[in-house]
Amino acid sequence: MKKNLLGLNPKDTKFLLIVVLLTLFTPILLQPFAAGSELAQFNGGYPDLMQKIAIFGIFAVGFNILFGLTGYLSFGHAAFLGIGSYAAVWMFKLLTMNVIPGIILAMVVSGLFAAAIGYVSLRRSGIYFSILTLAFAQMCYKMAYSVLTPLTNGETGLQLTLNDPRILDGAREGSSLPVTNIFGLAMNSSYKVEALGRVFTFNVGFYFCAVIAILAFYVAIRLFRSPFGMMLRAVKSNQQRMTYTGLDPKPYTLAAFVISGMYAGLAGGLLAAMDPLAGADRMLWTASGEVVIMTILGGAGTLMGPVLGAGVIKYLENIFSKINEGVLHDWFSFLPDGVEDVVIWVFARFTGEGWHLTLGVTFMLVVTFLPGGLIEGLKRLGSRIRNGSQKRDKYDNPDPEHRPDPGKHVV
Amino acid sequence: METILLQLLNGLDKGSAYALIALGLTLIFGTLGVVNFAHGALFMIGAFCAVTLSKLLNLSFETVDPTKTDFLGNPLKVKTPYVEAWFGPDFGHALIDWSVPLAILFSIPIMIAVGFIMERGLIKHFYKRPHADQILVTFGLAIVLQEVIKYFYGANPISTPAPDAFKGSFDFGAMLGFDPNIIIYPYWRLIYFGFAALVIGAVFSFLQFTTFGMVVRAGMADRETVGLLGINIDRRFTLMFGLAAAVAGVAGVMYAPILSPNYHMGMDFLVLSFVVVVVGGMGSLPGAVAAGFLLGILESFASMNAIKSIIPGIDQIIIYVVAIVILLTRPRGLMGRKGVMEE
Repeated sequence: MKKNLLGLNPKDTKFLLIVVLLTLFTPILLQPFAAGSELAQFNGGYPDLMQKIAIFGIFAVGFNILFGLTGYLSFGHAAFLGIGSYAAVWMFKLLTMNVIPGIILAMVVSGLFAAAIGYVSLRRSGIYFSILTLAFAQMCYKMAYSVLTPLTNGETGLQLTLNDPRILDGAREGSSLPVTNIFGLAMNSSYKVEALGRVFTFNVGFYFCAVIAILAFYVAIRLFRSPFGMMLRAVKSNQQRMTYTGLDPKPYTLAAFVISGMYAGLAGGLLAAMDPLAGADRMLWTASGEVVIMTILGGAGTLMGPVLGAGVIKYLENIFSKINEGVLHDWFSFLPDGVEDVVIWVFARFTGEGWHLTLGVTFMLVVTFLPGGLIEGLKRLGSRIRNGSQKRDKYDNPDPEHRPDPGKHVV
Repeated sequence: METILLQLLNGLDKGSAYALIALGLTLIFGTLGVVNFAHGALFMIGAFCAVTLSKLLNLSFETVDPTKTDFLGNPLKVKTPYVEAWFGPDFGHALIDWSVPLAILFSIPIMIAVGFIMERGLIKHFYKRPHADQILVTFGLAIVLQEVIKYFYGANPISTPAPDAFKGSFDFGAMLGFDPNIIIYPYWRLIYFGFAALVIGAVFSFLQFTTFGMVVRAGMADRETVGLLGINIDRRFTLMFGLAAAVAGVAGVMYAPILSPNYHMGMDFLVLSFVVVVVGGMGSLPGAVAAGFLLGILESFASMNAIKSIIPGIDQIIIYVVAIVILLTRPRGLMGRKGVMEE
């Protein structure tokens, strides 16, 4: 198999290139509507949302390495996200406001936690594994609220203060809190460009997240294509058979757990780098549920799925939460009065405050009708358009992610 | 001695709730083989049945009482609940006062219907799917149910008092010969414990002593063979799902005076109930009940100051610690059966 400098085959290189371009041009792509126009509320090109999409993309890609490849459903992954956030904020407090050490520490600490939790949890599988990880995450959450208050600042959450030591940064003048930066470039600074009647915001924080997300994605591609990734797929498809061939599945699964924990820690560290604040809420089991939803919605076990899922959920969350009854009135004013009221009532249940309802319903529909997630949906759609035929047997359209060609690795 | 007894009592009511929810979870798991993440939502719906009934009974109309005036000199408006007008003030008032126990009767048909619709409408399609899919779809359902309740009842807890007759607490210590005022226990919690014991006993004897229960137990042991004998086991299992929903529902109804119902109470109990089921052993009904009480009591012991001073924060995490230890030492749980959810 021909490989280029990055160690990817031509197809993956093209894939990575597309992802890089999409990520770098997100501020433009998410701003398709002119400012002040009717549709401007669907624009998503503001820094906060873009950062979140990149960060949760990393989180979901990491979760997918565990769930998508090995099939172990962890219901406590948010614990690592929270631990990463705490570690990073401590680094900002003690050492420097430069984000690099904070993020490295976040990954190391969450990796250590993942190793410990994984070592215990992975002794069981299936539903037991889910419940063990859930139990560990709840333990972390409860402890962050109670005993560990000196470390986590309990309910208030860990914040920066003026009299933190920050050894490397030297003395600070003034009474404002310092901002996170990378070698002097503040994370929250943005450059606004007005073109074609649209305002594009290029934010330092987002580009920092984007570069890291691309790196994380690249590592994930390499991992998916490596013999190690093959082993993880073997864990999913048949552990017993794997043992019979003389391979111990445990170290592989543990490694996958630690890697995905470190991805979660990285995401947590980035969250803290964008907004230097860490609270125990990030570890709540609903937060763990959210990353599961993202991964499933996009398509577990595929490379692009989790990123897509994270993007869709974060985008819709922001947009849906903004739509209130006033906006709905504007939209449906063309309908006759009685009908309008009914339609608005129905839509209002799903927008604004009702965002969680939309999330739950979407999730149920996806799990029920489209277990492969959006990626599978797109593929089916694509093949239907291409073939134009009625026959849509899934074996007609072999999915390289789910049915890898074993010939590649047997050399 | 007194403190130990007190903590034991305190653990009982929470343990009863855990046991009841875990019993339903295990019933569903043992019969249908489905991991139901929406079971906590059923508990919550039960609690809101109590809220609904008490609101319905409190529906009132306003009349103007010309003989009295309020502080501004306007005639005083008096609210009279319809039930008091229809059935006379005494009986009407009693009805309102006893709304929570009455809600049990009100909730059972509702819960069975909800369970029936859930099983036939959704969960039926997930028997052949992997457990991960079952977890995920019921998790989605739990979110939906929670949001629906939030829409109708708001996000704040709604207090639903117990009947006046059970409002106080009684001096348990004095009864057993200890000093008075040391072991004081609210009546309602004792009633909750008694009620839970009754429900658990009823479910067990239903399974043990009726033909229907016998068939269900046979189906749990070997579904295929029972089907081959010409018995429609699926229909019976659907009924068991309804029964499990009803158990969770009445557990919620009776818990309403202890914890004012709010829309996320189901989720809070669900996580713990799952831990309870796993500790008791997947698919084992006695295990679920025993583990429910055990963990409830352990939790209340861990919240004693004497123990908290030795290991700070233990009260928050004791249940999870116990679960982890049990799962690692006795992988099948306390009373797990061989071959159930081994993989």
